[in-house]
Amino acid sequence: MNEILDWIIHHSPALIVAVPLLGAFLTILIGKIGPRIRNVFVIIITAITSFFVLLLANYVFTNGIKTYVFGGSSTSIESSYAIRILFEIDGLNAFIAIIAAILPIVAIIYSWAFMKEHTGLDKYYTLILLMTAGMLGMILTGDLFNFFVFLEITSIASAALIAFYLHKANSVQAAFKYIVISAIGALFLLFAIALFYGQYNALNMAVIANNISFTFIDKIALVVLIAALAMKAGIVPMHMWLPDAYGRAPASVTVVLIGTTLASLYGLFRVIFTIYGNHLFTVDSSQIALVLGVLIIILAVVTIVIGVFMALKQNDFKRMIAFAAIAEIGYMFLAVGAALSTYTFEGSSATISASGQMALKGGVFHIFNDALDVGLLFLVAGAVYYAAKETSLNKLGGLARNMKYTTIFFLIGLAAVSGLPPMNGFASKLIIYQSTFQINPLLAIVAILCSILLLATFVKVFYSVFLGPKLPKFSGVKEVPKSMLIAMGIIACIIIFIGLFPNVFVENIVTPAANALQNATSYIGGVL
Amino acid sequence: MFEWFEPLIKTLTTDSGFWNPIVWGIVFIITFLVVYIIRGMGKKEYKKNTGQTQVFLSGNPEYEKEKMHVPGANVYWGFTEALKWLYKKFDKMHTGNISDYVLWFVIIMGIFLVIMVVI
Amino acid sequence: MAFYIPYIAVVALILIGLYAVVFKRNLIKIVIGITFIECGVNLFLITLGYRENSTAPIYTSSPGGIMSLPVPQALTLTSIVIGVAVLALMLSLVVHIYRHYKTLDARKIIGGDEE
Repeated sequence: MNEILDWIIHHSPALIVAVPLLGAFLTILIGKIGPRIRNVFVIIITAITSFFVLLLANYVFTNGIKTYVFGGSSTSIESSYAIRILFEIDGLNAFIAIIAAILPIVAIIYSWAFMKEHTGLDKYYTLILLMTAGMLGMILTGDLFNFFVFLEITSIASAALIAFYLHKANSVQAAFKYIVISAIGALFLLFAIALFYGQYNALNMAVIANNISFTFIDKIALVVLIAALAMKAGIVPMHMWLPDAYGRAPASVTVVLIGTTLASLYGLFRVIFTIYGNHLFTVDSSQIALVLGVLIIILAVVTIVIGVFMALKQNDFKRMIAFAAIAEIGYMFLAVGAALSTYTFEGSSATISASGQMALKGGVFHIFNDALDVGLLFLVAGAVYYAAKETSLNKLGGLARNMKYTTIFFLIGLAAVSGLPPMNGFASKLIIYQSTFQINPLLAIVAILCSILLLATFVKVFYSVFLGPKLPKFSGVKEVPKSMLIAMGIIACIIIFIGLFPNVFVENIVTPAANALQNATSYIGGVL
Repeated sequence: MFEWFEPLIKTLTTDSGFWNPIVWGIVFIITFLVVYIIRGMGKKEYKKNTGQTQVFLSGNPEYEKEKMHVPGANVYWGFTEALKWLYKKFDKMHTGNISDYVLWFVIIMGIFLVIMVVI
Repeated sequence: MAFYIPYIAVVALILIGLYAVVFKRNLIKIVIGITFIECGVNLFLITLGYRENSTAPIYTSSPGGIMSLPVPQALTLTSIVIGVAVLALMLSLVVHIYRHYKTLDARKIIGGDEE
């Protein structure tokens, strides 16, 4: 039994991407037998993938960096040419892979009942499994061109799923905008990868990080990479595809789309901190880290403000939650940018100040919390649409009498997103407020005020959808089926657990991830 | 017997504060009990079916319940009306046009290029 | 000077593609603009692998001498295939948009609130 587990852990980076990929191609064959067997098969495939991800994360958090070479036994040939394709997993990879493993299971359990009366479900489940495989491949890889290929797989599968409601005009135009933005972002990413290849003759992230010297072409590559990956992650002012895509897709698809957006954000952090890490943080010649940090802080503050103000004005349930998701991405970006701007040089190495380290921990913790909170809110929006067939806030009202469990889940989501105790949003936002206050008090003031406005937004939604008198057109509304309640319950349980016991989570899972961000040399040491 | 419970309830420390949800929960329950007891000491009798039980709407007549619900678009009317100048600017930014989305991307890339090359 | 012509062509293709996406209103022209950008990036990838007076990187019956790098050629093949898939998806979405909106003007497919 132990050897089987050891074999699984040794080969797990390949298995984590291969199992959903194989399951995606087998789903169409099994779908010919019957719908129930296909649903059970898909749930089993995602459960196996999540189990492998948890095993791998446990191994990495206790033992250090794991490198997996495809088709060879060592990472380099002839003693220093590392040219094989490899997956390299350190603390940050494992952390985001945990998020990317929870979200598809919840989405598939939810869509058992949510999509039951639609046709074309074979293709739906195939595309969700392809999105999962692409997302996990994007997170685990250690090779830049591999990252580009998985990014394109994910965006093609997502665009086809956003246009799932083909009879509505809004979904098709949202999918078209998503695929145009995705294609342009990915092509500019390929341009930057070609710039790296032309200079260093390597596509491996660790080899590029080892050899980088900040020439003029490297500056252009950094700018193109940041702009392209920030557009895919939804930073203002390139965020406008996000409300369309999140708002018009089916609710279970939106939950997996959150995971892909977070994977692009992970790519951005990996580029800034690891590939340019050796140059940015050991060379004193120019104030690159400070300039980069200030640019990121300005973008993040604009993201938070615009996201919150546009969210207050919306009348459509899911579009409003999408704008709140944009504001939350701004919080993560603010914490990381604030940490980046506090690098000081002593001798030949750079250290981040203590408040900067706390900000980095808060930002990384907030990635996990935000994915869960916004996912729960989207699932509640989908449940309301399933029961009442309406998404406009002007026409809903008084639903709390008939849908008691959904109301409780929405209350948990509301408290978690706006940072009220004792949910997990409060723990991560407290760390962000206190650490950014010591860096610059204005940032913490903006962050707290916009948190209050987020609370106002969701109180508006809670009042106009759930409270109020009983409307006659909703008298036949019943509670949603059990599989949707189970999916929402899983996320709510994780939210309450992290909220009540934050310290065990921060010490064991978040701190290795935040330390892996600052430690570019150990990432290189895993390969060379 | 319960020593696995010990690391769960440690406090989360930041550099300038701490947060312990168990302590917060105990304080919350104590405050709730105090407020509930004070509320229970109020008067319990009231006259039914007189003006004491009817809704007061500043003298306006009350329609039936379905028409009294404020729809979602009007809930924060004061806020959106006072900040109309700001919202007009944001709305002009959020057209639905796909060409404008890519134009913003090119503008941001251009600004970054200028800043990074100069510094 | 002749050494730099491919790089100038790359920059020109990418700029023409960006101009078509940003300033043209017809949806099909936007799709063609994205294809231009993709052609530019593929040309850039292949140009990086060229060495002076080199032959094709194939070992059987090769005329000897140095060979150009094979890795960028593999990357370009992958990129061309991905470009074909994205182009097919975009064009099928344009067909569906035309069925709903009866127009291909990018300023008219805005998509407001649902009724």
